[in-house]
Amino acid sequence: MEYVFQFGVIWQGRDAFLSGALLTLQLSAESMLLGVTIGILGAWAKTSRLAVLRGVVQAYVELVRNTPFLVQLLLIYFGLPRLGVRMSPDSAALLAMVINLGAYATEIVRAGVEAVPHGQIEAGRALGLRSWQIFRFVVLIPALETVFPALCSQFILVMLGSSVVSAISVEELTAIANTLQSQTFRPFEIYLAVGAIYVVIALAFEAAFGGVERILFPPKGASGQAPS
Amino acid sequence: MIREFGPSEIWLLILGLRWTVLLALVAFVGGGIGGAIVTILRVAPLRPVRAAAVTFIKLLQGLPLLILLFLVFFGINLLGIRTDAWTAVAIGFSLYASAFLGEIWRGCIQAIPSGQWDAATALGLSFAQRLRLVIVPQAARIAIAPTVGFLVQLLKGTSLASIVGFTELTRAAQMINDITFQPLTVFGVAAGFYFLLCWPLSLLSIRLEQRLRGGVTAARVPV
Repeated sequence: MEYVFQFGVIWQGRDAFLSGALLTLQLSAESMLLGVTIGILGAWAKTSRLAVLRGVVQAYVELVRNTPFLVQLLLIYFGLPRLGVRMSPDSAALLAMVINLGAYATEIVRAGVEAVPHGQIEAGRALGLRSWQIFRFVVLIPALETVFPALCSQFILVMLGSSVVSAISVEELTAIANTLQSQTFRPFEIYLAVGAIYVVIALAFEAAFGGVERILFPPKGASGQAPS
Repeated sequence: MIREFGPSEIWLLILGLRWTVLLALVAFVGGGIGGAIVTILRVAPLRPVRAAAVTFIKLLQGLPLLILLFLVFFGINLLGIRTDAWTAVAIGFSLYASAFLGEIWRGCIQAIPSGQWDAATALGLSFAQRLRLVIVPQAARIAIAPTVGFLVQLLKGTSLASIVGFTELTRAAQMINDITFQPLTVFGVAAGFYFLLCWPLSLLSIRLEQRLRGGVTAARVPV
């Protein structure tokens, strides 16, 4: 192999990489916030007594989880303008990411809701709480605590999956790499560097989520185990 | 000239679907072999070997699939080998599946009580014999459901091959959209095809998991 690696092109493109990474982070953060909101609403809808509502949520979850994100993205980006909804590539990307994460988050939060002991819900009823009050004040927080690690892995998958939105020319990290490699003809070095950036972001997310978990849900000292 | 979306366009999508299924199968076989190797290294009684397997899994799981495909695609060219998109995506998806299946199967193997390992060691079995005769037959039962679940991920993931220029279902849909300008219909039908492939597998995975859980926690009582 006589190939000479030239990593100088990466240093020259550092501003572009930085702006791409920031957009990746921004899209990920926004879709996490909105996606979890949908997930909580979806999980709540699934506890509803209305069979129609449960059915609609179930259909949404199954449809999203059994089709590729890229096809969902293309359907939204090219399809919605046909219905009279015009949007920028960035908005289409965010919308697709939120819809996608919302379905996975619904399933994850629902699993947490089901893990809450039934006696607690009955206790809530005995206190005269309405069903949404029981969900909000009794069920939701323990449910989120149970599934927090699963949600975090899903967040990381969403961040990594955001590279796909480069397909509709959203100028995030992968799209920046595509542009730079076509200008410099150094694709391998550039994708290697971008891959490293993604790995670093994923590791940073992991560490950050661990910190958030310790703040939101500190290990309980009262329930038998002494804090070390 | 704008073409209507008709039977011949649906046929083109089905031709693309063939490549989606074929790519998923090739990646599943390649990833199955690679995943088995990764799993064995991951539980091997040698620390550096285990660490290497962990690094491989962590790296591939921390890398977007799309970037992995680009790296394989351009990396093979760097080696001076001229390849087509088909070879590149087959290798890329096999690597991806190796890491994920390796991690899934590691979990299944570690779910087997350590007493089984101890007993097998006490019988004087070698590491390979312990795995083959004692651990794997038990772990395989647990592994089926999550493996089928991963097959769904893999099938959906093959859509990214379209971005590196491999013509499968999603790429076929994009090309048909370019000549018919009916994105809702074209991508809707493509999504429908994916759904028809993936949904039965998802249901099967859930069914298998429930059956396993039922079988483990409660002995079946004859009615």
